[in-house]
Amino acid sequence: MQRDEIFAKVRDVLVESLAVDEDEVQSDARLTTDLGAESIDFLDIKFQLEQVFGFRVEEGELFPDNVAQDHEYVADGKLTDKGLAALKERLPHADFGELESDPRVAKVPEIFTVDAIVRFCETKLQAAG
Amino acid sequence: MRWLWIDRIVELTPGERLVAIKNVTMAEEHLHDGEGAIPVMPASLVIEGMAQSAGLLVGHASGFKEKVLLAKIQRASFEREAIPGTTIRYDARLVRMDAQGAATEGTIELIDAQDGSVSPMGSVDLLFSHLDQNVAGAEFGDVNFVFGEAFETLLRLSGIEIR
Repeated sequence: MQRDEIFAKVRDVLVESLAVDEDEVQSDARLTTDLGAESIDFLDIKFQLEQVFGFRVEEGELFPDNVAQDHEYVADGKLTDKGLAALKERLPHADFGELESDPRVAKVPEIFTVDAIVRFCETKLQAAG
Repeated sequence: MRWLWIDRIVELTPGERLVAIKNVTMAEEHLHDGEGAIPVMPASLVIEGMAQSAGLLVGHASGFKEKVLLAKIQRASFEREAIPGTTIRYDARLVRMDAQGAATEGTIELIDAQDGSVSPMGSVDLLFSHLDQNVAGAEFGDVNFVFGEAFETLLRLSGIEIR
């Protein structure tokens, strides 16, 4: 599947799930701050991507699961170096640019841009052959 | 008054499908709250009926260990209204489920008491969250307050093993 086609399908999922207009779904748009996604929307998006693309997304594969509860990874509301490294390893599709300079846990959801979701789907589809 | 918007579960295929009914009666106060001359069941409560049907299906799938909460109404559309003397039939199907929650799809039909005819009423798709699996790690205790006594009575009445 070509990247344009993947983008179009991801855009449709986000339009449906977040009730946003198509033109709001730009590559660099952040799911939370730009498109208004709340925590439950992440589960919705995951389910819809599974349905649309036919792959299975394991827990913590697309969005982080329990990083914030791990005392080794979080201190004083911020990700430790170890926590940041763990997240980067688990979520190679995400955009860590701003989180590296401001590693507050509250900022973690902002690492998910539309492009990150497209990258994730692209990798999953390639792995599935 | 008990916050129960289904009267009986009439079919259950665990982890797949649950069918429940609600009889609409003239005695229900909320039917008379609308502006029209004919009393009708408010759409919000029809959605609640589907949420309870689908929520029980999701809860049953985890042995009622999870606190299943309605998190999102994905889609709700109605083509008919339920008037007194009709039976609302909720047909809920489990589409997806993981540790964090579940997605369901549901259709609603109306069974008329006068002639037994069945007509489509609408459809409601929902997203449920497993409260204890929240990303923030908040704790809500050991007691499953979602599936309380009223639901236990309903399940028992419907011949469904609870635990």
